[in-house]
Amino acid sequence: MKGFAAIIRRELKLAMRQGSDAAIALIFFVVVVALFPLGVGPEPGVLERISGGVVWIGALLAAMLSLDRLFQADHEDGGLDLLVMAPWPLEVLVLAKCLAHWLVTGLPIMLISPLLGLLLHMNTEAYFTLLAAMALGTPVLSLIGAVGAALVLGARRAGVLVSLLVLPLTVPVLIFGVSAVEAAAIGQGAGPHLMLLGALLLAAIPLCPWAAAAALRQAVT
Amino acid sequence: MHWFANPARFMRIAEKLLPWVAGAALLSIAIGLYQGLLASPADYQQGETVRIMYVHVPSAWMAMFCYMTLAVASASFLIWKHPLADVAAQAAAPIGAGFTAMALITGALWGQPMWGTWWVWDARLTSVLILFFLYLGYIALVNAFDEPERGARAGAILALVGVVNVPIIKFSVDWWNTLHQPASLTRLDAPAIDPAMLSPLLLMALGFQLYFVVVLIIRMRAILTARRIRALHMVEPGE
Repeated sequence: MKGFAAIIRRELKLAMRQGSDAAIALIFFVVVVALFPLGVGPEPGVLERISGGVVWIGALLAAMLSLDRLFQADHEDGGLDLLVMAPWPLEVLVLAKCLAHWLVTGLPIMLISPLLGLLLHMNTEAYFTLLAAMALGTPVLSLIGAVGAALVLGARRAGVLVSLLVLPLTVPVLIFGVSAVEAAAIGQGAGPHLMLLGALLLAAIPLCPWAAAAALRQAVT
Repeated sequence: MHWFANPARFMRIAEKLLPWVAGAALLSIAIGLYQGLLASPADYQQGETVRIMYVHVPSAWMAMFCYMTLAVASASFLIWKHPLADVAAQAAAPIGAGFTAMALITGALWGQPMWGTWWVWDARLTSVLILFFLYLGYIALVNAFDEPERGARAGAILALVGVVNVPIIKFSVDWWNTLHQPASLTRLDAPAIDPAMLSPLLLMALGFQLYFVVVLIIRMRAILTARRIRALHMVEPGE
């Protein structure tokens, strides 16, 4: 547990000192979502209909954009070798990395998402569901993203490649996240969709760090 | 399996096996096509378009089978460091991508007259499309590294992560209410298909399976030869 807390402290401190990295993902999220009214036309009816999907796709792309923060710098300066050799299980350290990544990028995206829903005329009923779905879904994006980020360490054009690998695997999050928001917007219960998102999170917490740790081990040896 | 863990021995056996398997593949695809396209009755509902199924269904089966081959080969590469497993995995991936593309294209050709649309976003079609992306991602990842060894290991882990998609494809027609019909053959009671249609379907499936083995052997030989050339270049860089 000491290693877990130490990693989170270190990551947060690094993020504070070079705050622009986390801010870029957030600004990217806002800009992508703001492009949709310009692309599909400003009719409130159309925007209201697609608002849930647009916010989720924006969040997905913003999460992809921030993935290179996860392991790339550590891989370049040798910190990753120390993590692999550390006396704690690498899986736990990867989980700490994912949690820190979520706190720095996923949490701000989640908190700002109702504001973007407002811009897209989202039904006010759906805001709490959107927050809840984002709270369950964005950690899954960080966890699945960690596997992709670990796999492409040292690859050519790693930034594009990681999106190609990770985006197909995030489809379930997108499907259930959007259907939760849409169910809430038309006044149906979003419970089942949120439970499925929760199940995805519970499955991803043990499995993704395991796969990511295996990928990290083969990247440093 | 350890007896086969010798590339030279594999090459020798593959050499002898190849013409026989290739002949059998050609024969069963030829008979299957004849039965499917000419000698079998048209469907009472689907009419002549049912003949697309004799290509579509075996392609879809092979798309999943190739992925399982890829995953099993990747697992034995990571666990036992079997020297032919990563060759088999890398050889199987493009074949699987080809079968997946064929399943998607023939499905669209069948869907146009039958469903009135080339594509619907139902669970089966979407999950097979994701399978196609997984194949492409695997191929891109394996080729993205300067050291082939590193790409092989990263690709093996990705292939195992992608296995979660296979049961989703298989059971998507049972879990969700989809436009795509559920399985007709692998049911507890008798298959819901006429024997006159079943025989060309199974023949085509067998033919595709043998075709897969043929291409797999050819591709594995090519990869092994390429490695040998690379190794020789390293010994004599001046060549």
